[in-house]
Amino acid sequence: MADAAPVMLASTEAMQGKMPWLIAALRYVHRNPSLGIGIVLLLALALFSGLGRLLVDVSTAVPLSAPPGAAPGPGLLFGSDPQGRNLLSVMILGTWLTIRTGLIAGAIGIVFGSALGLISGYIGGRTDSVITWMIDVLLTVPAILFLVMIAAVVQTGLSSTGMALVVAALAWRKPARAVRSQMLVLRSTGYVEMAKLSGGGPLRIVFLEIVPNLMSFLVSSFVAAVSAAILACVGLEAMGLGPQNEPTLGMTIFWMMEFSAFLQNMWWWILPPVTILIILFVGLYLVNAGLEELSNPRLRQRA
Amino acid sequence: MLLAVVWAAGTLNFFIPRLAPKNPIAEKLTQMAGTSGVDPTKIQEMSDAFNAKFGLDRPLWQQYLSYLGDMAQLDFGYSITKYPVQVADLIAAALPWTLGLMISTTLIAFVLGTLLGAAAGWKRNSRTLQILSPLIMVFSAIPFYLLGLVLIYFLAAKAGWFPISGGHGIVSIPEWSWEFAREILHHAVLPSLSIILASIGIWAIGMRGMIVNVQGEDYMTFAEAKGLKPWRLFLRYSMRNALLPQATALALYLGHIVNGAVLVEIVFSYPGLGSLLLDSIKLFDFPTIYGIVFILTLTVAISMLAIDLIYPLLDPRVRVKGLNG
Repeated sequence: MADAAPVMLASTEAMQGKMPWLIAALRYVHRNPSLGIGIVLLLALALFSGLGRLLVDVSTAVPLSAPPGAAPGPGLLFGSDPQGRNLLSVMILGTWLTIRTGLIAGAIGIVFGSALGLISGYIGGRTDSVITWMIDVLLTVPAILFLVMIAAVVQTGLSSTGMALVVAALAWRKPARAVRSQMLVLRSTGYVEMAKLSGGGPLRIVFLEIVPNLMSFLVSSFVAAVSAAILACVGLEAMGLGPQNEPTLGMTIFWMMEFSAFLQNMWWWILPPVTILIILFVGLYLVNAGLEELSNPRLRQRA
Repeated sequence: MLLAVVWAAGTLNFFIPRLAPKNPIAEKLTQMAGTSGVDPTKIQEMSDAFNAKFGLDRPLWQQYLSYLGDMAQLDFGYSITKYPVQVADLIAAALPWTLGLMISTTLIAFVLGTLLGAAAGWKRNSRTLQILSPLIMVFSAIPFYLLGLVLIYFLAAKAGWFPISGGHGIVSIPEWSWEFAREILHHAVLPSLSIILASIGIWAIGMRGMIVNVQGEDYMTFAEAKGLKPWRLFLRYSMRNALLPQATALALYLGHIVNGAVLVEIVFSYPGLGSLLLDSIKLFDFPTIYGIVFILTLTVAISMLAIDLIYPLLDPRVRVKGLNG
C-alpha cells in the first residue's frame, strides 16, 4: 500500500497544475507530513526486509544455525537466541512474514467487510437492520479472545498463512460498518439517483457509480484493517498461539519471554523485534492519518 | 444489547470448539491406549460410554441449551490441569487483579487524555502542546504490550527501579497490610504506565476534535459575545458538550482495552486473567480458556451497560426523551 499513495496523489495534483508528478507529490507530502513520514517508515521496513533477503542467507533463521545465545558481533550482526537462530535473518524474514499476514488478513477483511457494508447499505430496510445489529454485537466482543479460541482449537500445524485466515475471520467487522455508513450517504446523492433513473442495475450502480467514489476511503480503511490484523496476529503469537516453526516477529517475542531474556539481559533479542513492530505500527498509523486527511480535506483546516 | 452480546459470546464459545474436526475424548483414549496397552477395539465402546456420561450423545440443540444454562450460572466446570479446582474459583482469584489494573488505568488515561485533548483544542497556539500532542498520538498507535516490553527493558531490567514481573513479591504472602499494599503498587507501576501512555492519545484525539468542532458553533460565539469569562466558556460550554461523544467512545473502546490489558498482563506476568489465559493455552486447559473468554466478554458488556446508565446524567436531552417515552 506504500506505493499506491503517491500514484493517487500524483493524479489528483496533476489535474490541478501541470507539474511533474514527483514534485507535486513532494509538495503534497510537505503539506501532509504524517503521510510522508509514514510512507518513509514503511519503505524503510520494506527495504530492510527486501534487501536483507538478497544480502543475508535467511535460511539461518532456524534453530541450531548459529552458536546459541551469542551477543552481536562481526559475523552475527544481531546476535543469536539460545536456540541458535541467527536473529538478523529472523528479523528479515519475520518482518516480511508479519507484513504479509497483515496484508492477507486485511485484504480479506476489507473485501468481505465492504461487500457486506455495500449490500447492507444499498438494500436498506430489514436486511440492513439485521446486518447492522449483528456487526454491532460482534464489534463489542473483544476480538482477541475469540481469536484465542479459534487459534487454540486449530493450533496444531498452523502456518503463518493459516494465521492470516484466522485473523481475517474477525477483520471484516470494522470495514463493514464504515462502508455501510458511507454507502448510506452516497445512496441518496444526485448522481446515484440519476443512475437509478437511467435504468442502471444494482451491480452497475454499486461498482461503477459508488465504489469509485469510495476508493480513497477504502484505501484508508484497508490500511487500518492491515494494522488491526497485524496487531491481532502479533498478539496471538506473543501468547504462543502462532506458527511454531516460522520466525515471525510475534513468535520471536513469545520465545524471548519464554526464555526470560530480560533476566539474562539479552538486549539484542528484546529490542529489535519490539523496535521493528513499533516502527511498523507507527508507520501504518501515520499513513492512515495522512490518507484520511487526503480523502477528507476538511480535517486539514480543523487540525 | 447486553444480553445479545453475552449470548453471542456464549454461542461462539460453544460452537467454535465444535467446528473442529477433533473428538477430544476419542483422542485422549487413543493416546491412553497407546501407552497402557488396552485393546484398541474397545476404544469405540469406551468413547461411547464417555459421550453418554458427558451428555455428548444428545442432539446438539439440547447440549446447547444446557450449556447456556451453565453459563448463566457462571458454571464453567473443572479445570483440566488443576483438576479438583473449579474454573470459576481460578477466575475469581485472578479477576480482582485484572479489574483493578484495567479500571484504574482506564480512568486515569481517560481523564488525562480528555484534559490534554481539551487543552490542545482550546489553546491551539501553545508551543508545548503543539509538540506534545503529536507525540502522544503516535504513542497511541503502539500496542500496550510493546510499550510494556520497552519499559521493562529500560526501567526494570536496565535501571532496576521496578520489578520485572509479577503482581507482588515472590516471597511475600498476600495480606491486608501497608507493606503489602506498597508492594502491589510498586509492581503495578510499569503495567499501568504502559497502558496509560498508550491510551492517552486515543482520548486526546477525540477530545481535541470535539472541542475544535464545538468552538465553531453559534452558541459559542454568542456566549463569547455575552462577555463570559474564558474559563467558564471552556468548562461549561465546550467541555460539557464535547464530553458526550467521549463517553460514547469509552464504551466502544472497552473491548480494545481488554485486548490490550490481557497482553500487558502476559508481558508482565501480572497474576490476572491474562496470565491465567496464557497458562491455560499452554496446557490446553480448554474449560479455563472458555471461562476466561466468557468472563472478559461479560465484563465488557457490563461496563457498556454502566456507561449507558450514566449517559443520562451527562446529557439532559437523553433524560427528557426517556421520561416522555
